Amino acid sequence: MNTAQTPFEFSTVSYLVRIGNQSASTIAELLAGLEHCSDASIFHHTFQTLSSHHFLTEGFSNDFAQWALADANRGDLAEQFASLDIRDYTSIAALRSDLCRVTSDYCAAFPDFAGQTALERFYFCESVEVTVPLGYQASTLEEFRSGIERLSHSSFYFHFISSRLRLHLRTNDFSLWLANNLGLETLASSIERVDIYTNTLDSARAKMLRLIDRERRKA
Amino acid sequence: MTEAQLVNRIPLEDYAGLLGKGEIEELRALAKPLRGRSIEMINSTAVGGGVAEILGRLVPLAEELDLNMRWDVMTGDNDFFEVTKAFHNALHGGTYNLRPGDFDIFLQCNEKNRARLPLDAEFMVIHDPQPAALIDGRQASSGHWVWRCHIDLSHPSREVWDFLASFVSRYDGAMFSSPEFSRQLAIPQYLFYPAIDPLSEKNCELDPEFITQVLARYQIDKRRPILTQISRFDRLKDPIGVIRAYRIVKRYFDCQLVLAGGGAADDPEGSIVLKEVLHEANGDPDIRVLELPTWAPLEVNALQRASTVVIQKSLREGFGLTVSEALWKKKPVVASAVGGIPIQVIHKHTGLLAHSVEGAAYQIRYLLSHPEIAKKLGEQGHQHVKENFLITQKLKRYLTLFLSLARAA
Repeated sequence: MNTAQTPFEFSTVSYLVRIGNQSASTIAELLAGLEHCSDASIFHHTFQTLSSHHFLTEGFSNDFAQWALADANRGDLAEQFASLDIRDYTSIAALRSDLCRVTSDYCAAFPDFAGQTALERFYFCESVEVTVPLGYQASTLEEFRSGIERLSHSSFYFHFISSRLRLHLRTNDFSLWLANNLGLETLASSIERVDIYTNTLDSARAKMLRLIDRERRKA
Repeated sequence: MTEAQLVNRIPLEDYAGLLGKGEIEELRALAKPLRGRSIEMINSTAVGGGVAEILGRLVPLAEELDLNMRWDVMTGDNDFFEVTKAFHNALHGGTYNLRPGDFDIFLQCNEKNRARLPLDAEFMVIHDPQPAALIDGRQASSGHWVWRCHIDLSHPSREVWDFLASFVSRYDGAMFSSPEFSRQLAIPQYLFYPAIDPLSEKNCELDPEFITQVLARYQIDKRRPILTQISRFDRLKDPIGVIRAYRIVKRYFDCQLVLAGGGAADDPEGSIVLKEVLHEANGDPDIRVLELPTWAPLEVNALQRASTVVIQKSLREGFGLTVSEALWKKKPVVASAVGGIPIQVIHKHTGLLAHSVEGAAYQIRYLLSHPEIAKKLGEQGHQHVKENFLITQKLKRYLTLFLSLARAA
């Protein structure tokens, strides 16, 4: 069995939600908020909300889409927001740019709707992140599998989803370590392809464990 | 009563079966850097009310993580609590006629408590308006002070809020149950949800035989759909609106309505509302109006578990934890889109929201017609509570706050 030179260190993350001073009652105001809110706010309403609502696998992808649908009653805009896959982004700046583009295009195409008051206001919040090591690590695929199995949702999310913002790469901590330290490129890319929008964190983890088990059987 | 009432020790591992071992390991990892560091929680009542209930369970859990957390209760005389009750109503948007001396009564009581309480912990958490002026006792070198507000401040009396804000603005942070409740303040404001304990008598699993006994005791037919609202007999909970919604549903479904609540006996207004409810029920044998003892957690648990649909048709609401209680039990919920309810009921995902009697009736009919959708909403609601509104999540939020404050310093 291959042993990695550099072990995988399991960590976890916890978020405080900080309430911002911005809110929006129309789509036009939402655009202004998107242009000026903090990076931590864009992160909170997209990356972080996917973690806190991971069990909703139908029609829920980020807070902007949910607000556009449920409060502004603009299903078409909601679909545009929902189609932004956070895994395509390795920086908040790029994600903000696309969110603004979608909203701006919508306001230009439907100026009457842009000024209509929504049922409820959208409150811009931001995530304050605290990470801590879990105190265990893995050097082999066997140990790696055991580690994955015992992770909390937050920890799994930290390594699998939010990691790309930290790495600035279109990958995740798990795939990167498997490819670079155990030379398991195929397994790494299979894991990267697990769909986080149509899976819960539990079912994504279960798929990942099955992929690892298939790899172990090959050995 | 001023003696803090803690529940008996509950081993943290008891939660692992519900949440998974990983969640417990995570709590331990977050608590590790805080071991031995002092935390003091201060509120104004030892028993009764959601804050005391949460603290009574939170402190023993913190001890399980080797945290040095203590809970102190401020003392006050009748004059003080009359003033703070008036403050409470005014902060909720009610009318308030300031009487000469009200602010002085508030300040003098806080001053007495400053002399009595240690106020020397590294992390000081002050709950709600009553003890807010304890911040005057902060020493120049003392630790981090945060204010936790459990009430809806979205439409406060300006006079009372301006007075209170002069204290709140001197804290290191403030926590609110909804972004809507926050205020324009120069200090950081955080979102902190109330929480339920899945192992408490109100939420733990029950023997089906016990549930059957409770239904028999209250003459509720378990073979027909049961619609339930659990709440105090209070006009803001709109029990009359619930009966009217039930009457619309009754045209289509042979269902029963249970309105169960406590507090009417010792609340003059509650007694009046109870009479109004009984008058509106007009002797309908399928409406059960149950005046439960103030603390009947097992009965409440059984009634929620036996329900086909749980209703929370409030006109105003702080957070409305009865919604989380029902969702935890995988019940489909129809609730008003007020206060903290939409945070718990994500429309069409974890329940259904309504804005009127007719809307509530329609959503109930929809759920009774589509039990598979009702089941799915209940299951997703359960997951939502598990991720966001359990006591363990609340503890995690506090740990994160303390770590964040310590690191920022």
